[in-house]
Amino acid sequence: MKIKFKLYATLQDKLPANAVDNAVEVDVDEQVTLFQLIDQFGVPRESAHLVLVNGTYFAAEQRAETGVLSDGDVVAIWPPVAGG
Amino acid sequence: MAWTRQLLRVNLTEGTCIPEPLNMDWANQYLGQRGLATRYLVEEIDPQCDALGADNKMIMATGPLTGTMASTAGRYSVITKSPLTGAVACSNSGGFFGAELKNAGWDMIIFEGKSPAPVYLHIENNNATLMPATDLWGKSCWETDEMLHAKHQDPQMRIAVVGRSAEQGCLFSSVINDLHRAAGRSGVGTVMASKNLKAVAVRGSLGVGNIKDPARFMSAVSAGKKVLAENPVTGEGLPALGTQVLMNVINEVGAMPTRNMQEVQFEGASKISGEAMLEPRESDGKPNLTRNGGCFACTIACGRISTIDREHFSVKEKPQYWGNSGGLEYEAAWALGSDTGVDDLDALTYVNFLCNEDGMDPISFGATVAAAMELFESGAISTQHTDGVELKFGNAQALCWAAEKSATGEGFGADINLGSRRLCEKYGRPELSMTVKGQEFPAYDPRGIQGMGLTYATSNRGACHLRSYTVSSEILGVPEKTDPLQTEGKAGLVKAFQDATAAVDSSGLCVFTTFAWTLDDISPQIDAACDGDWSPERLVEVGERIWQLERDFNMKAGITGSDDTLPQRLLKDAAKSGPAKGKVCELGEMLPEYYQLRGWTQDGQLTAETRSKFDLPS
Repeated sequence: MKIKFKLYATLQDKLPANAVDNAVEVDVDEQVTLFQLIDQFGVPRESAHLVLVNGTYFAAEQRAETGVLSDGDVVAIWPPVAGG
Repeated sequence: MAWTRQLLRVNLTEGTCIPEPLNMDWANQYLGQRGLATRYLVEEIDPQCDALGADNKMIMATGPLTGTMASTAGRYSVITKSPLTGAVACSNSGGFFGAELKNAGWDMIIFEGKSPAPVYLHIENNNATLMPATDLWGKSCWETDEMLHAKHQDPQMRIAVVGRSAEQGCLFSSVINDLHRAAGRSGVGTVMASKNLKAVAVRGSLGVGNIKDPARFMSAVSAGKKVLAENPVTGEGLPALGTQVLMNVINEVGAMPTRNMQEVQFEGASKISGEAMLEPRESDGKPNLTRNGGCFACTIACGRISTIDREHFSVKEKPQYWGNSGGLEYEAAWALGSDTGVDDLDALTYVNFLCNEDGMDPISFGATVAAAMELFESGAISTQHTDGVELKFGNAQALCWAAEKSATGEGFGADINLGSRRLCEKYGRPELSMTVKGQEFPAYDPRGIQGMGLTYATSNRGACHLRSYTVSSEILGVPEKTDPLQTEGKAGLVKAFQDATAAVDSSGLCVFTTFAWTLDDISPQIDAACDGDWSPERLVEVGERIWQLERDFNMKAGITGSDDTLPQRLLKDAAKSGPAKGKVCELGEMLPEYYQLRGWTQDGQLTAETRSKFDLPS
């Protein structure tokens, strides 16, 4: 299946050169875990602070679970960030 | 001590500048800056006075740590009664002005009365003099700053000033200091201009002494700086991308108020984000962001210094805007961009420059333009009102035009300068105003972040994110992640944020430190500097006392519990997309518990027991 994978802020340098608007489309196995995706792009797990699937937060304990992603999902990841 | 123990009372009617001792009993109860100045305001004005009349007073106040070596210790606040809301106004600013005022030997300045002619206040340490400002009236903030520096031949003088918008009565005008820092919200600049006070120019070289235990203070300050440096938010994220790092986050979670809060996600968000500000332009290969910038003593440096593409339509014939100046913060980028549907980064940067140049609060300005755009698209106003301009969502030229008009108050600019509530009422569509207590919303849709709904409804200065930034917990997971779509526990979360923030706002420190610091980091710094015991528990108590005092002022000003609400759009119209799709803000699930936690009655009134507990003035 295909999903959209996004990295932002100080993680955006981990994206390949063909990324557009901080996003790349990737082919993944249906049983892929979020940690596997995070590892695949060379993002240190401790830097993947905010992990969103279609805008909804996935906590650290959910990132090793399989079957959390479906075709067309959007995974977006930030390091610890804040503003105001 | 850290306090100078001296304030300056400036009677603009009489033309006098008189020092007087700081009320240390009140300082012990309210710490400084926001809290202490509010205590003075409560004592000295009728809460029901005309905010733009001579009876209102305006206080510029520092905190006990302002001007010291503590990180971010350059803050000051402007406290007055707001002409926009009728509630207490307290707007906090960074830059260097606050530290300069403290270094001149003053904890605060109380301005009272109204000058018969334009004046500015010149302070050089203990010497304070009112000077004629007829030549400055009608000038922008930037022109005034340049003229005063030239006149006094002192490049190190720090200046706080109001622009042409304030002179023209714009109800959301800011006080601008150091060219592009602002005491931004609630129309504090409008009050300053109403007193015929154009500027305050300060040079202070006395230093900040009176530190209770200098060695312990240096140790506590060093420990605090280490925490900030090692924290990924304050040590890396904010310096690199500023507050604009939030644009894509908030859009992704579906809490991005869009087109006057009709939607919760903006398709153009990525084009106006912090990441976009780093992208090289096609025209000259330079990014929008030149560098980050820091305020006095700040070791975070989240500020943005930017340029506009010289080929952009907004500045092509205006070389005066080609240089570096204060760039977009998230709140400005949201209000000027997403809320108006404009995704043109250069246009937003140009309008942000104009807001700094003439002192419009970019949040209220952008939100009011957004309301005007909805009025236009719904037919309530037409090109006859707008000099032929198609004031539609997404029209970057129209946004720039509106800012130019707002800056001078000419034509339709006078309507924009009413703010969203009065504008929508004037044209018969009050329900289109996205405000609480008359103040426009900041950049978080409470349908997607439920705690922010309670934050806005109960904020003592009308809709505001800086009174309790529960976004930190609900979205960003700082310090701990909570579910943004749940209401359970949010009453306590909001109250905790409100109380802690009130204490930080009274210290001279920047609230952004709290992304890394808790009160356990802040307390040792205040305790080493100030007389008395300033434990974290006492700071919370001081914060709650400040909150209750502000609430009491507002009640006496005529605001009631029925004003603790949100526009019907947010309570009735469900979010159309994102994780909050189908949800409204469930304010009613949170408000009663909040009142209970505050010790208020079911209709939001302070009880005698609560008043007594916090020793509030009668």
